[in-house]
Amino acid sequence: MYKNEVNEERVRQLEEKCVEIRKSLLNFIYRIGMGHLGGELSIVEMAVALYYEYMKYDPKNPKWEDRDRLVLSKGHCSETLFTIFSDLGMYTMDYMVEHFETLDTALFGMHSNRKYVPAIEVSAGSLGHGLPVAVGLALGARAQKKLWRTFVIVGDGELNEGSNWEAFMAGGHYKLGNLVAIVDKNQLQMTGPTERVMSIDPLDKKLEAFNWDVLQIDGNDMYSVCKALASLPPADPWAVRKPVAIISNTAKGKGVSFMEGNVKWHGGGIAKEQLEQALADVENGRKGRI
Amino acid sequence: MATQTTYDFDQMLSNAREAYGEELMRMADAGLEFFFTYSDNVAPSSSAGKFVQKYPDRCFNFGIAEPNQVGASAGLALSGRVVFAQVFGPFLSLRAADQIHTDIAYNDVNVRLIGTHAGVTAAGGPTHNCIADLALYRAIPNLTVVVPADAGQCVKMIRQSMDFEGPMVIRIDRGGSPDVYADNSYELTFGKAIETLSGSDLSIVSAGSSVYWSMRGAKILKEKYGISARVIDMHTIKPLDTDMLLKCAAETKNIVTVEEHSINGGLGGGIAEFLLESGFTGKFKRIGLPDTFAVLGDPDEVYKYYGMDPDGIAASIDKLLIAPPIIL
Repeated sequence: MYKNEVNEERVRQLEEKCVEIRKSLLNFIYRIGMGHLGGELSIVEMAVALYYEYMKYDPKNPKWEDRDRLVLSKGHCSETLFTIFSDLGMYTMDYMVEHFETLDTALFGMHSNRKYVPAIEVSAGSLGHGLPVAVGLALGARAQKKLWRTFVIVGDGELNEGSNWEAFMAGGHYKLGNLVAIVDKNQLQMTGPTERVMSIDPLDKKLEAFNWDVLQIDGNDMYSVCKALASLPPADPWAVRKPVAIISNTAKGKGVSFMEGNVKWHGGGIAKEQLEQALADVENGRKGRI
Repeated sequence: MATQTTYDFDQMLSNAREAYGEELMRMADAGLEFFFTYSDNVAPSSSAGKFVQKYPDRCFNFGIAEPNQVGASAGLALSGRVVFAQVFGPFLSLRAADQIHTDIAYNDVNVRLIGTHAGVTAAGGPTHNCIADLALYRAIPNLTVVVPADAGQCVKMIRQSMDFEGPMVIRIDRGGSPDVYADNSYELTFGKAIETLSGSDLSIVSAGSSVYWSMRGAKILKEKYGISARVIDMHTIKPLDTDMLLKCAAETKNIVTVEEHSINGGLGGGIAEFLLESGFTGKFKRIGLPDTFAVLGDPDEVYKYYGMDPDGIAASIDKLLIAPPIIL
């Protein structure tokens, strides 16, 4: 069941996993020629901690009824999940490349489709959709006395969309203690810093005012991520309590020197020389921690 | 053969909005499991309100926030049960369009969106008129769109939708509308239109409460103008029953559509597209709300103003049939 203790050795293993996932992700994006590397790299620690440690999840049976649900609302960052699915043994990287946006044989695309990839809970792409759907999933779990949790990852720029605030209001109203919203606060949206395009701070106070419990963490630090996920209250649908929002402070393009905090790396492909530099940066990041 | 209708009966008013709530209650009482979401327009005294009070654990109020309600309805369906979602029609179609497209249709979930206050039935002017919804729904893939002709048909649709796979929109009026069918013993199949009146000079294809007005119009056509009109209840707007349209084109030559929607993009638009591509050469006319924000007034007065009432329908059909064909 859910782990409440944070094991330092396990944190180290998960950090190693993040290095592998970042390298595979970069290679994947290089091969398919498109992606949203900035936001895909910023969520790596959170996605790895969820899929490899904290979610009830069986990669061999992605439709297991009692699994925790993860809704990736920032659907343009699906390649991070695809890379994890590949690492978990669901698809080979070659298979994903061979079926990437190939018309009638396509299973994978810039935005994920649950009909093509069963491990995807909710098809996404248009922003501001994941949180309302997650509210419905959490309500449905409670009404059916199910023990699974619903996680939803939303972007900070995405919070410009008003539907999120309707859903925050509903999550607080219904006291959905089985719902966890993770805001990937990488502080950049497509054309510039979130604070310049449409300021969202003080985000913690806003979410508290919507009746959510708020955790603020360094979302690119595996220990902080694990500590936050380990501290979640039990996913027991009978207990009515505030939903949890994790404000995950991250860097867009995390791990790659020339991408970090650089608005130019919102979307696009990556050239061969850039790939080599990026892979070297990720490897250096591993060494830096030892 | 035409299905038995109230054409020769006194007009009886039934309320689809009340009837569907009563059917939800019957289904729940019978042990069927489903969720119900609603917005801040379900009165406690209504049948849906009574259902909410009896089965609170399966009902969720989303206030005045249609995008969230529709998105959450998709999530509820993904948790494993059919969802009925009552939403005020104009705000469902216009405000939650992206959610209908992406969360409901693209995600392919078993949600039945019950859009109320069709056409001008809400009164209250253009902000509360629901005139562009069918145009939107027709352009969204994987969406089945039905418009019950009366309350009894609405009940059949609600019940049958429990066994239907995929997303569906059920478009109903605000309040009481005349009964079209004499009883509910007839068979209803989604996507299969019903001939409600036999006729040979033209076919009036309609949906929703306009079916009743079309039948009354057909009666006037017969008595006053000597024109024999067939009436078709095209209760499923998407997919259209194209076999029925071809049959009508072959047997009655001319086709007129009547709907409580903008004449652009709705039932008439869909039928025009199909007929033109099928080589149709008869006379054709769309009767409905013109391409303007409607005048303010009681719905019955608005229908008369735009020639959508029985007299107006009959007069414009007579004019259409008398006019020489346009040869291009």
